[in-house]
Amino acid sequence: MQQLTSFATDYTRYVLNGGAKFYAWMGSLTVLIVGMMYVFYLQNTDGLIVTGMTSQISDGLYLANLVFLVGVAAGAVTIVFPAYVYHHEGMHKVAVLGEMLAISAVIMVMVFVFAHMGRPDRLWHMIPPWGIYSFSSMLGWDVLVLNGYLILNFICGFYYLWCKYTGNPINKKWFIPLVYVAIAWALSIHTVTAFLMANNPARPMWFHSMMPIRFIATAFAAGPALIILIFLVIRKNTKFWVDDSAIKLLTTIVQFCLGIAIFLTLSEVVVELYARTEHANGLYYLMFGLHGLTGLVPWFWSSLVLMVGAFVMFFMPTFRNDFNKLQIPCVMAFAGIWIEKGMGLIVPGYIPSPIGEVTEYHPSFVEWLMVLGIWAFGFFILTILLKGAIGIMLGDIKYGGQAVAAK
Amino acid sequence: MSSLMGTAALMVQSDDAAAAVEWAEHFQKNYRLMTDVEKAEARARLERRYSAEYGKKVTVDGTEAQAGVLMGYALNVRKCIGCRRCVHACVEENNQSRGTRPGEKIEWIQVLRMERGEFSKDKMNQGYPEGLGIQVGGNAYTPAGQVLEGQYHYNPEAVPEKDATYMPIACMQCEKPPCVKVCPVRTTYREADGPVVIDYNWCIGCKMCMNACPYWARRFNLTTPVLPKEEMNPVTHYLGNRPRMRGVVEKCHWCLQRTRHDRYPACVEVCPVGARKFGNLLDPESEVSKILERKNVFRLKAEFNTFPKFFYFYD
Repeated sequence: MQQLTSFATDYTRYVLNGGAKFYAWMGSLTVLIVGMMYVFYLQNTDGLIVTGMTSQISDGLYLANLVFLVGVAAGAVTIVFPAYVYHHEGMHKVAVLGEMLAISAVIMVMVFVFAHMGRPDRLWHMIPPWGIYSFSSMLGWDVLVLNGYLILNFICGFYYLWCKYTGNPINKKWFIPLVYVAIAWALSIHTVTAFLMANNPARPMWFHSMMPIRFIATAFAAGPALIILIFLVIRKNTKFWVDDSAIKLLTTIVQFCLGIAIFLTLSEVVVELYARTEHANGLYYLMFGLHGLTGLVPWFWSSLVLMVGAFVMFFMPTFRNDFNKLQIPCVMAFAGIWIEKGMGLIVPGYIPSPIGEVTEYHPSFVEWLMVLGIWAFGFFILTILLKGAIGIMLGDIKYGGQAVAAK
Repeated sequence: MSSLMGTAALMVQSDDAAAAVEWAEHFQKNYRLMTDVEKAEARARLERRYSAEYGKKVTVDGTEAQAGVLMGYALNVRKCIGCRRCVHACVEENNQSRGTRPGEKIEWIQVLRMERGEFSKDKMNQGYPEGLGIQVGGNAYTPAGQVLEGQYHYNPEAVPEKDATYMPIACMQCEKPPCVKVCPVRTTYREADGPVVIDYNWCIGCKMCMNACPYWARRFNLTTPVLPKEEMNPVTHYLGNRPRMRGVVEKCHWCLQRTRHDRYPACVEVCPVGARKFGNLLDPESEVSKILERKNVFRLKAEFNTFPKFFYFYD
């Protein structure tokens, strides 16, 4: 008990102890979070009419970001898997950071769930014993697996940190099996999210069995791309050293998953456009526009350019091996997939509507601010989690030792 | 402490009775799981709130499904003249939102106007019409500029128009409704006599049902429905036309407030050409049963295996 309180106080003290740069970063995130809370208030007084959503396009940026971030959360497994299954030295050192990213991403997903709902005040309706849990609903399964993933990562991540902190040996009897469960679970969260969209024959854009593998492929490209970026920031700003071997392995994972993702996208294009049935209208609208409405066309092509560009750049040793330039293809891959999964997959599911109506989606300022605010909230949590974790890994905070001031 | 409790009591007993009622509404169960007493309480609570809100005596009915009844609907596509009286009668009967801002106006019925003469000789060379038509000559891969397969925004001076046919659609009350399957809180379900209903007080507004419906039958209340006091229909059913709130989904329920009391739905009653027929599918002597037996009948999007109880027919 005494260990626990000292863990909590040491952890908090270490996280709060930061320079001007740290506080400026956290301060600007807070501004966005306040903005997010304001638009959340608007949505729950005026209603979702303050967004660009309609009865035709009943979901947009929120569902898109939700789907994307489930992928980022699942993507953390690209660190944990090589670390624990192949005992990759460099990855093992940073596995806990991947778990911290997964925790933050799942929390963001949950906030996006709140953002897209008409009645977030009634969320308890789906939680037994007060509410009803429906096993036939994919959303029910999604909530279940996401919460499970959050708990698994919380236990695995913080138990590891706790052992480092107290100096106790890790009890491998249950820790290692739990890590394996978490790895399998990571696949489940994104698969279920894919089923959430794909199990709707009313929406031909989503109704194909390629969705789960496409989701996993894009997730395992976007997730580690973000992780590489975070690792490069950590190397620059803290005393914690992420091994080159870890970053190199992640780069390879990003590249090949990105390649698979591009391949799947192009396969879809060929299959849908060769026969060009009415069921391809969504994709056609996305790529070229329909009936003169072309709102998503620039999104699709920019996404394709970003993804293919990043894929090619990863082949070039100049980018792959130079950690000052590696950020460029990583940002491109991340942005490309964000567009592909969001504006490029969720929105054209609604256009045309099941009765053939073509309408356009114009996200409102409220929606953009909400999205920015939730991302800021995610990074706020991520910064705290990473800083605390790094403090413990470095041995700056240790049970019995005085908390050393952070750099 | 006692003074605090006194203040709390005063606040609860404030003249804003609606607030206290809404507070109780927040904690009620899913309607299907309530006991009969709880159901009656829930309806009485709503009657109090609605009566205060709309300044007239509002009743909230709870009549349950009768044994031996399976509601069915049949629509004669050849007779429909596209006047859209059904659309307006439905809005008036069922207390839909009728504001002017985008997203405030809700209609459950769409009458799709289809171009007649789509395959006529003079149009064959105009290219490749989206979704319809045959591809003959011309620049076959350039869309010919047709707006939709069917268009429900149309404003003719008189109906029926010479060059149009009409296809009204609304909720098909499927026997295997995809919307019911995806609902995470089971707030939308099939009633024993057929219609698929929604407990608006239990709906969390996740909109999954709107993704699942192949007929675009569901509408989302983007904001508090605009329902002027004088236009509000005070004869309501809990699972039917009672006023909805912000953030929940709604749709056609075949006028439960009427049909459970042996009346026709408003759209059937108002149709000037008798294109709409409604009745009991389990009664072989009912008009719909006779139609299903004798006429040329089809279901919309039958390939989805949703098994609508809304049938189309032609003479």
